[in-house]
Amino acid sequence: MSAHIVPIRVYLTIFLILMVGTILTVFAAKADFPGPLNAVVAMTIAVFKATAVVLYFMHVRYSQRLIWLIVGSALFWLVILFALTFSDYSTRGWLPPLGS
Amino acid sequence: MAAATEHEVHHPALQHHFDDMEQQRTAGALGMWVFLVTEVMFFGGMFFAYTLYRRAYPDAFASASNHLDLTLGAVNTVVLICSSLTMAMAVYSTQVGKRQLQIFFLILTIVLGGTFLGIKAVEYKDKYDSHLIPGELIPGHKFGPEIAEPGKPHDEHALVLLNGASVKNVEIFFWIYFAMTGMHAVHMIIGIGIMLVILYSSVKGRYGPAYYNPVEITGLYWHFVDIIWIFLFPLLYLLGRHMEHLG
Repeated sequence: MSAHIVPIRVYLTIFLILMVGTILTVFAAKADFPGPLNAVVAMTIAVFKATAVVLYFMHVRYSQRLIWLIVGSALFWLVILFALTFSDYSTRGWLPPLGS
Repeated sequence: MAAATEHEVHHPALQHHFDDMEQQRTAGALGMWVFLVTEVMFFGGMFFAYTLYRRAYPDAFASASNHLDLTLGAVNTVVLICSSLTMAMAVYSTQVGKRQLQIFFLILTIVLGGTFLGIKAVEYKDKYDSHLIPGELIPGHKFGPEIAEPGKPHDEHALVLLNGASVKNVEIFFWIYFAMTGMHAVHMIIGIGIMLVILYSSVKGRYGPAYYNPVEITGLYWHFVDIIWIFLFPLLYLLGRHMEHLG
């Protein structure tokens, strides 16, 4: 597979998306959404922006399967880090200490 | 093609353990990606600490976050996104063999990176003046912000505590704030250092359409640092803004 040259047009489009995302996230943060929705909105925008950077600025969209696998493994280990550690912290105190 | 002729035409930058330039390029990119996976885990631990303590002390985190300078944080986000674009353009310019543009965009990226660090320094100075450096990281300059009294006018140095949040938990936010933005800044300083080396080689004319991996993988690293900031900005600067009117 030969190297793919991403056209300037694509870079500029991604740049605009990132700018709009930044403005959007600032305004969304000032609005008072019910419950934890503020955090959900902020993280959704951040994940969207990060995905745009990874796919286009970092060329993953045009890369070999192996690169996709590596990127996927980063997410996989991150999920393990969060899920397993949280399963510890959030269940502390569920059971009394043994022998008490 | 026979091995002998291939040897005659091969690019001077091709290392002997690679078959061809394409294999060398993809191997380099792969190596950088594997490194970035370790980086994700490195920052992941700090993001986890943030999540855990924010969940435990939401009001203290919102109070502390509202004290950060939103304008400077937003400007820095824009600066970093611009530097990502100029970095991408530096890679593009190298791929299409426009050396003057390549050097121009590299310099621009370095300048924008420097701008980010400069603004960060202004913010750190403000935290120092407001006594928001946690613990006693700076000897003789203990954590101890001025607390705004509810309902009364206060100057900008004073910390507004929402819903009776405790100062002690605000301090936890600042430990995490300085650890995360500090490590991010260290990555930027390293990135600028790498770019200066790349710039030197660019000026020497070592990169072009046939050989651009160093520029490309420097770009990967730089974009990764940008991604970390994309998450840090809302998590650190924006989390309590919808509660600002309560203070």
